[in-house]
Amino acid sequence: MSLHKLTLVELQKQFKAGEVTATEIVRAYFLRISHVESKVKALVTHAKESAFLQAETLDQKLKEWRKTKPLTGMPLAVKDNICTNGVRTTCSSRMLQDFIPPYDATVVAKLRAQEYILLGKTNLDEFAMGSSTENSAFGPSRNPWDLHRVPGGSSGGSAAAVAAEECVAALGSDTGGSIRQPAAFCGVVGLKPTYGRVSRYGLVAFASSLDQIGPITKDVSDAAFLLQAIAGHDPMDSTSVDRSVPDYMKALQKRDLKSLKVGVPVEFFAEGLDPDVERAVRAAIEELKSLGAEIREIRLPRTDAAVAVYYVIATAEASSNLARFDGVKFGFRAKETKDLLDLYMNTRQEGFGPEVKRRIMLGTYVLSAGYYDAYYGKAQAVRTLVCQDFDEAFQEVDLIVTPATPTPAFKLGEKSEDPLQMYLSDIFTISVNLAGLPAIALPCGVSREGLPIGLQLIGRAFEEETLLRAAHAYEQATPWHLKRPTIR
Amino acid sequence: MAITQQDVEKVARLARLTVTAVEQETFAKQLTQILAHVETLERYDTTGIEPTATVMGQTNVFRDDCVRPSLSSEQALANAPEQEADGFVVPKILEER
Ligand SMILES: NC(=O)CC[C@H](N)C(=O)O
Repeated sequence: MSLHKLTLVELQKQFKAGEVTATEIVRAYFLRISHVESKVKALVTHAKESAFLQAETLDQKLKEWRKTKPLTGMPLAVKDNICTNGVRTTCSSRMLQDFIPPYDATVVAKLRAQEYILLGKTNLDEFAMGSSTENSAFGPSRNPWDLHRVPGGSSGGSAAAVAAEECVAALGSDTGGSIRQPAAFCGVVGLKPTYGRVSRYGLVAFASSLDQIGPITKDVSDAAFLLQAIAGHDPMDSTSVDRSVPDYMKALQKRDLKSLKVGVPVEFFAEGLDPDVERAVRAAIEELKSLGAEIREIRLPRTDAAVAVYYVIATAEASSNLARFDGVKFGFRAKETKDLLDLYMNTRQEGFGPEVKRRIMLGTYVLSAGYYDAYYGKAQAVRTLVCQDFDEAFQEVDLIVTPATPTPAFKLGEKSEDPLQMYLSDIFTISVNLAGLPAIALPCGVSREGLPIGLQLIGRAFEEETLLRAAHAYEQATPWHLKRPTIR
Repeated sequence: MAITQQDVEKVARLARLTVTAVEQETFAKQLTQILAHVETLERYDTTGIEPTATVMGQTNVFRDDCVRPSLSSEQALANAPEQEADGFVVPKILEER
């Protein structure tokens, strides 16, 4: 079987057993990339040279002493808003087009300590702002299932790369659904950990109270495996939580869901839900039931406030975070400016794309004198109500199940002229970030047009184990995770 | 509330962005639309509700005040668009009198 078809856990087993070398793995993956990347366009930067170099060094070392770590030789891709020492990190923005970080993000340092191999950096909506990768300064990525459709966003490059088997797994970031929505659109698994579970140090900040890094993988075991590698407290991120990391692979062992209470929020099955998505998700709920889960109808009455709350809070935080791009210390600088103010204004005008500017404008507006209370203060208060909804629900149930997105992948260009419509497409993923909860998206069906459909499971804070266990039991009972696209 | 082109200009200046005439028009339209959606939050009564700024409840997290390894000035300057004599170069700030 071709190496690129294996899952992370399978590949890792083969490698550990000495059945395949790191160089063979890297060669197989770059061959695969050469076949499909021109169509999918998942990568912003190929790290071919350094990948081969790393592989040779590893193989050499292992010849002398065969001792491997969990990720030794594993070919991964990393979203291009996560800093990689010595490898360009662009955020798919002109602003950072030539930025070469002098340090690794903590997650990358952890992967490096485990001897992973970086194949490349993946495309995203500029600064992770968007739901389709169409906002990338380097052009959109494509959905491997249908090249005329978007892969989702903002981690669209990572999801497309995993679905197209250009890497065995990838890292993404999720501020309002950016791991889960593209995973759902591309028929792969995406896990957003609890806020604070994974260090954000070295993730270029978008909205600091919402951002979280997580894995995008071919199946649930791989997600558990990769989460294990990146989770944990980091003194470099003051919002990371000092709490021991459980054994996530062990959590997968229990196959039945007896005594698990699963809530179905009525608000997520309202108008606007695509009928194919509804059918697939209802069938998935039946499956959870037959695995032993007790299904209960629940309410999350403030669900329809989430998008509005998010677009105030996320843009406010972004307007502040992105103030650092001033053309002085790093990044793009506009030419021929007459004074300092001019330098700032022209640098930002030329360096940022339209969506980023729109967000900075909105964020600045909602924070400005006279509007702060009406918009920002209000949004923060309603955020409390959204959190309360979840708190109440989790007194009754252990998990919540919903569709990951209201529709399967939409067409390129379909929503790019209408920002509000684009924002509203994130309606099912956003409330989770507002409450800081962990959630996973996994494939649960195929639409009549042959597009993947994603199921979302939401858990209590720091209960990734329950999430993974239920997702795994469902996955093992259904065929969806085995489906791969034909890229044409 | 309707955002005018003047509002856009003012906010752009606060945000240190120059916006073109065309952008002024589209931003005014789009921001009006987005804010109209945001204003639907008014239907939620939030009197007496504490605002949420962060979910895990951390307040200030301090570390010991001691010297630790950090970037060399060479590394710190490596990505600067313009540098000279161990410093970042910016246009002149003070005017001569
Ligand atoms: N990074 C994200 O999670 C992005 C979420 C959402 N699509 C946005 O545009 O902000």
